[in-house]
Amino acid sequence: MPRSKTELAVVGAGPAGLAAAVTAADLGLTVTLLDAGARPGGQYYRHPAPALAATHPQAAAPHHDRRTFTTLLSRLRAHQAAGRIAYVPHHHVWSVTRADPTRTDPTWTLHTRTTESAPTSVTAPLAVTAPAVLLATGSYERHLPFPGWTLPGVVGAGGAQAMLKGGLVLPGRRIVVAGSGPLLLAVAGSLAGAGARVPAVVEAAAYTGYATGGAAATAALLRNPAKLAEGARHGAALLRAHTRLLTRHAVVEAHGTDRVEAVTVARLDRDWRPVPGTSRRIPCDALAVGHGLVPELSLATALGCATRTAPDGTVALALDADLRTSVPGVWSAGETGGIGGAQLAVAEGALAAHSIAQAPAPTRLRRTRTRLRAFADVMGAAHRPGAGWQHWLPDATDVCRCEEVPAGRIRESLAELGARDARTVKLLTRAGMGWCQGRMCGPAVAALCAAAGAGAGTDTGTDTGTDTGTDTGTDTGAEETAPAPDRRPLACPVPLRDLAQLPLPAAD
Amino acid sequence: MMQSRTRPPERPPRTHPPTPEHPVSYKLTFDGRELPAQEGQSVAAALWSAGILAWRTTRTNGAPRGAFCGIGQCYDCLVTVNGRPNQRACLLPARPGDTVTTQEGTGRAALED
Repeated sequence: MPRSKTELAVVGAGPAGLAAAVTAADLGLTVTLLDAGARPGGQYYRHPAPALAATHPQAAAPHHDRRTFTTLLSRLRAHQAAGRIAYVPHHHVWSVTRADPTRTDPTWTLHTRTTESAPTSVTAPLAVTAPAVLLATGSYERHLPFPGWTLPGVVGAGGAQAMLKGGLVLPGRRIVVAGSGPLLLAVAGSLAGAGARVPAVVEAAAYTGYATGGAAATAALLRNPAKLAEGARHGAALLRAHTRLLTRHAVVEAHGTDRVEAVTVARLDRDWRPVPGTSRRIPCDALAVGHGLVPELSLATALGCATRTAPDGTVALALDADLRTSVPGVWSAGETGGIGGAQLAVAEGALAAHSIAQAPAPTRLRRTRTRLRAFADVMGAAHRPGAGWQHWLPDATDVCRCEEVPAGRIRESLAELGARDARTVKLLTRAGMGWCQGRMCGPAVAALCAAAGAGAGTDTGTDTGTDTGTDTGTDTGAEETAPAPDRRPLACPVPLRDLAQLPLPAAD
Repeated sequence: MMQSRTRPPERPPRTHPPTPEHPVSYKLTFDGRELPAQEGQSVAAALWSAGILAWRTTRTNGAPRGAFCGIGQCYDCLVTVNGRPNQRACLLPARPGDTVTTQEGTGRAALED
């Protein structure tokens, strides 16, 4: 195991992390690639275990750019065989700390725990030390709550996609796909391709939003014809599957007792507020729902990396042209720097690797990054949630799934108990204190805070160097109040036995 | 995304009972009921295959829950497997002979007497 002389530790084996690891190894670095997953690929290139894929040969080609992944994978295997990359699956990095705080040039220790996917033979926690760290932790789905969203059969759109890609299973036979963002079209196509009936894709934004962003936005669209063609392909696939695309509509309620039996869909105004009298009911036995993606920044914000507010309203890392974070010795690539898709992640991973290896980066890579990032910004702005969605959220509906905190308690903490930010809401209501640490309810709680004129910050008085959360307490409402980054000292729950096995500070 | 072009739209979903096309690899039990599972599936995938979407109840309201995010972030799919509670069903590989039981609350009722 070459981990004692690892020159670069990469967290995450998705598109960005894989591209970074193999490019860095090409450039001569010794790399340790840590991943919580069972197989390389992350969420985008998620694929079934070989034994399962063998029984379903039709599942062998679920991605239109599988060739990119196949190439990355063969480069990974070659570098593994040559001892340049140590690939460590089944390990979740829960903290990154300075190995020796007295040194001026940083050396990092990455602490891991094994996940449920690990074989029973792999149980010991592992610590990796390296002078350079690249965070490629990706993103997870953004959710806006509505009545019935905790019913069985209501699943994340990305969740349905992940279960289909990895387990070849569907949550039902008649599945409504709803929320906002380009992922919905891909999910609907996958579900229909696997045999589900998808009566409707319900998109809260209007696709005309892409065209109303001004000259710069138009240029970004025109410079990405492949992306536009991809959207057209998804649209054509939906037509063939007899799926209706309802734009500027939302699922405002899911019905059922033990599981979802139908959803109510309503038309939205420009601010995502349901228009009275436009409700209709669609029978279904599952609902796949999601409102875009959120960068996973737990490790980065714990390290103090500076953040920015992206055009889609999420908090993303502030990165320079070489993918450096504001913390020397820490780089990041892919969706941590803003939601942008797999192609952008691959380009950024390769760019970051050049920077880490102190090699000049190909101009082509920089151009690709600029072009795809501009497209992602236009797309993100078009699907950014309008504040009016809170009109479909009654007081009785749970916002925090883990701690079962209804919207009314959060509103009460803001209106009557003096909460001025999401952190105080959390302390008063327990929203965000459960297992997921606010990953599911965080965006909704931040929006409720913004609507109440409070800052959305989860942690006051921190030193993260963020440029957000400065305009709190104004009366301009949600659009003007930027969210603050979440702060989680540990990136996932850590068993006490793992903490007990941590080595004492070593003398060497 | 392009699979639909080569398939009729009404092809039976994979949540159907196993057929010769989708072979059964082995069995596991869920609340005493025997279910087929296929090698390489997670516990959550095996349960979805059998049409089961809920396998725990929440500790405050006793509400049914199952897999939601599907990638290990939301912890809604926690389940008790072979007597061990709080396992994420979407990450845990199903193994032959596993005994899966509905997890009520924290899954540690035995400790709370």
